[in-house]
Amino acid sequence: MDLSLRWLNDYIDVSDIPVKELCAGLTLSGSKVEKYTTEGAEISNVVVAKILDVKPHSNSDHLVITQVDAGTGEPIQIVTGAPNIREDSIGSFVPAALDGSTLPGGVKIKKGKLRGEASNGMLCSLGELGLTLHDFPNAIEDGIFILDEKELGELVPGTDIHKAIGFDDTTIEFEITPNRPDCLAVLGLARETHATFCRPLDIKEPSFKGIGGSASDELSVEIVNKELCSRYMAAVVKNVKIEPSPLWMRQRLRASGVRPINNLVDITNYVMLEYGHPMHAFDIRYINGNSIKIRSAAEGEKITTLDGIERTLTAKNLVIADSEKPVAVAGVMGGEYSGIMDDTNTVVFEAACFNGASVRTTAKSLGMRTDASARFEKELDPRMCEPALKRACQLVEELGCGEVVTGIIDCSNGVDTQKSAPFDPEWINRFLGTDIPEAQMIEYLDRLDIKVKDGRAYAPAYRGDIEYKNDIAEEVARLYGYNNIPQTIIRGTASGELTPVQRFSRKLSQTAVSLGAYEICTFSFVSPKSFDKIALPAGSKLRKTVEITNPLGEDTSVMRTTLLPSMCEVLARNYKNGNAEAFLYEIGNEYIPNGGELPDEPARIVFGAYGDRYDFYYIKGAVERLFDVLGIDGAEYEPCTGDDDVFDEAHAFHPGRCAVILIGGKKVGIMGELHPDVLENYEIGTKAYAVKLNVPDLFDAHADRTYTPLSRFPSMARDLAVVCDDEIPVAHLEKAIAEGVGRILESVKLFDVYKGAQIESGKKSVAFSIVMRSDEATLTDEQADAAMKKALKKLGDLGAKIRE
Amino acid sequence: MKEKLSAILESARAELEASSDIKSLEDLRVRYLSKKGELTAILKMMGGLSAEERPAMGQLANSVRAEIEQKLSEKTEQLKKELAAQKLKAEKLDVTLPGKDIPVGRAHPLNAVLDEVKEIFLGMGFDVVDGPEVETDHYCFEALNMPKSHPARDTQDTFYINDNVVLRTQTSSVQIRTMEQRKPPIRIISPGRVYRSDAVDATHSPLFHQIEGLVIDKGITLSDLYGTLDLLMKKLYGKDTQIRLRPHHFPYTEPSAEVDLMCFNCGGKGCPMCKNEGYVELLGAGMVHPKVLEGCGIDPEVYSGFAFGIGLERITMGRYGINDMRLLYENDMRFLGQF
Repeated sequence: MDLSLRWLNDYIDVSDIPVKELCAGLTLSGSKVEKYTTEGAEISNVVVAKILDVKPHSNSDHLVITQVDAGTGEPIQIVTGAPNIREDSIGSFVPAALDGSTLPGGVKIKKGKLRGEASNGMLCSLGELGLTLHDFPNAIEDGIFILDEKELGELVPGTDIHKAIGFDDTTIEFEITPNRPDCLAVLGLARETHATFCRPLDIKEPSFKGIGGSASDELSVEIVNKELCSRYMAAVVKNVKIEPSPLWMRQRLRASGVRPINNLVDITNYVMLEYGHPMHAFDIRYINGNSIKIRSAAEGEKITTLDGIERTLTAKNLVIADSEKPVAVAGVMGGEYSGIMDDTNTVVFEAACFNGASVRTTAKSLGMRTDASARFEKELDPRMCEPALKRACQLVEELGCGEVVTGIIDCSNGVDTQKSAPFDPEWINRFLGTDIPEAQMIEYLDRLDIKVKDGRAYAPAYRGDIEYKNDIAEEVARLYGYNNIPQTIIRGTASGELTPVQRFSRKLSQTAVSLGAYEICTFSFVSPKSFDKIALPAGSKLRKTVEITNPLGEDTSVMRTTLLPSMCEVLARNYKNGNAEAFLYEIGNEYIPNGGELPDEPARIVFGAYGDRYDFYYIKGAVERLFDVLGIDGAEYEPCTGDDDVFDEAHAFHPGRCAVILIGGKKVGIMGELHPDVLENYEIGTKAYAVKLNVPDLFDAHADRTYTPLSRFPSMARDLAVVCDDEIPVAHLEKAIAEGVGRILESVKLFDVYKGAQIESGKKSVAFSIVMRSDEATLTDEQADAAMKKALKKLGDLGAKIRE
Repeated sequence: MKEKLSAILESARAELEASSDIKSLEDLRVRYLSKKGELTAILKMMGGLSAEERPAMGQLANSVRAEIEQKLSEKTEQLKKELAAQKLKAEKLDVTLPGKDIPVGRAHPLNAVLDEVKEIFLGMGFDVVDGPEVETDHYCFEALNMPKSHPARDTQDTFYINDNVVLRTQTSSVQIRTMEQRKPPIRIISPGRVYRSDAVDATHSPLFHQIEGLVIDKGITLSDLYGTLDLLMKKLYGKDTQIRLRPHHFPYTEPSAEVDLMCFNCGGKGCPMCKNEGYVELLGAGMVHPKVLEGCGIDPEVYSGFAFGIGLERITMGRYGINDMRLLYENDMRFLGQF
């Protein structure tokens, strides 16, 4: 809402309050000021000048030399090329930008010479001042702005142009919350100013004289759909004279951001801005049968609205119709052919009240949100129709632009809309944590025109938001001052704690950081094309997504079913930005449709890395350390066979460098080197690695660590080298050793894998360092030898023989 | 014989003096003191001496031997020290060379700040509750006193999955789920991702994070809300931090407030950093609307409560002086490495 400060001062004199203070006060009482601007702020040193003389320019056909009185004592010579400055302009008043002046758009005016003649400034057109013909309809567009003394009053040379033409208003921009449509109006904001600053408020009941007769003789009105239209009032104005509205009205409209059109149209806009209640004006010629029906549209019925667009209506849309067709979409926009024309003679003013939800739905479905619909959708009160309609009639008479028929039409569904709420001062103080005397509360409410009677507070007609005792508490609190309310600490005791899952997730994140990974945060929605980029097969289950029906773009149109593309994108961005290496992780949700209303949102952790430091075994080491710290034992890594039925992401990985991670036989994750195709898709020019783990599975598998006593007895170490088929995974050899050595095994550590000379082709030599220890006694050589023998036997079962 | 001993002593002294390494000292020891050494050879000739001469000569020989031994050990000690000093000197490092590149990870700034916020609230007795991001219209709007046609919905441009399912626009949806599942007293925060149909720029993102707070109990007041938020901001930003409340409207709270943080730069006077307002808008809050309580089966005549929603991005950006929200989602290592 753009408020004209000039207009506000019509109702409450705040001219002595600095604007900044006014704005701060209103903001803190609940009408938030976004900003304020002053009209013509870019214009400086432009004054009223009287043309004293106009002479032709000896070197130019189209230039003339003027002498003007700009109030400086001496005549000033200014050369102009405007066609409307001629000899007969002598004696006219014009705006003159003097030497060193500024104009809108950062234009600076300096004295100079035009074809040899000194020019000490510039005479200005409307456009050069940032104005249009809508603001000054008597001026011309391509010529100097001749100031109209009849309209502007006595003009004195040297007067600052802002003041002379009233281009000096301040516009205050408010952010009005949807519960206060009354503040989308000058009167509403004047009332708030009154409540905030306790200045006297001067609002008069509108009234008009009328020429006798009754509107119902000219027009019949019937509300067919009483549910969606609670009241419809109409007045008839005859013998209208369409012309520009007066300066004061144009000024107030301009500062409110509304373009002046003509007096009748301006009156409807003026009343809407002043009272907050939208108005409409019809030319009675175009109301067939002089009959107005407020009804639901027929399915498929058409109307061409004021903006020239033909719209197809549905039965959900409420229309104002004549005997044949809709002439307006109720509360949204009028029809193209029913409005005010230059030759309009008789006008019907409409002030009605429509159901807010219905107007909102209609405006939305037709895609035309208007100033009117923006107000109606917030639910206006039918009692506000009458003052608005009367104000319009009053303005017609004040402007002398028509004859108002005395009797007005008033159709109403008769529902009582008076709002009230319990008034309980004790409760309010308890609820706010304050100690405000009851009389003080009543005074606050009185300032807001809320009347207290018998324990209830009764709202004025324009306040539809008073329903609960909380609403009254709020009114009291905001006038008391939110910031005068004490600060207290919640009473009572409570203990807050993280759930085991939350604690686990925190530890997971901390461990990832301790392993050297940087945490990233990426969007939850991705492009469906990202599934191609990570090489998912066409039929992959991950392509079944939760889709956004109104996405910002394809890139963010589906909820991710895998974190992997997000990670790849971040790896790619870092690679592209020239970062030599990256080791990243993210804990985030995936969104997996499950056939129900809402998808599953399981948490996953994904790691990604590239750079010289990182290879498959580094990443695997990170996973192993992660499991170790989290208390997860017994993880197994199996070569991925290509169909990873856990996450369905095997195709994103190098087929020979990808492992499925199992805990207790359950697949919980996948890791490996990214497939060269995927790297190419993301334009990552180096090897990169990724891991994905299912967090709930990790949680289920983890156990809180307990202390294992340290053995007092010395350990015994043996090295063992075996030769076996190259195909046999080392993990199987380790398992065999563990089984063979049994309880006394402390650790098996791989220290060498060798292929090449001295080893038969297709075979490899694998060397382990084995440490054994007993909790009960010092191991003897015999015991160790026996254990090694058993280990060798188990290894032998796999075809591994001791290396000679 | 006496002369021979003196000569040995003399030559041993001179040679010891001249020696400059451990090996030559060892050679000297062998030459003079070993069983086949020169001194031993002389002592063997003692047998040819008279009984009168023998003690004196024996004494002399022993003193020569003792002196050589002592000199030898002194010299060895000295050489060892010199050698050690040389070695240490040779091992000198350029301590100004950079240290080794030890990989260290970092938490994302959003989560680093979130962890702090969680700690503060855990300390105040709040639990942390999670809720779904893909949410029903009911939990995201209807139950929060925002029926389908409510104009307040326009202030939250919503991503729709279908007519009844949305990406939650606010973590307030968790309020309802919590009140349905728990009975008062309730003290929870619920951090999480929320979604609004805003194009990406320096201050907007279609995805951002909120931290919802909800307290329901007997006798909870607006002053409790004010005190709680003031405490939070002082813990986050320091004890000189000041906030102010401004009346506002949310359909699910009444009274409602927007909470502003006094601009650190100008202390409330107004400067370019706070767009001349002196304050920076921080979060929305209010007393839970009786209609919302009733809808969750909580009697508003018995219980009251407050709720708030903090923008995590906003407090993170304020905390670290980050001026562009996009940096948080670009995840460039050079950015992430700064926190």
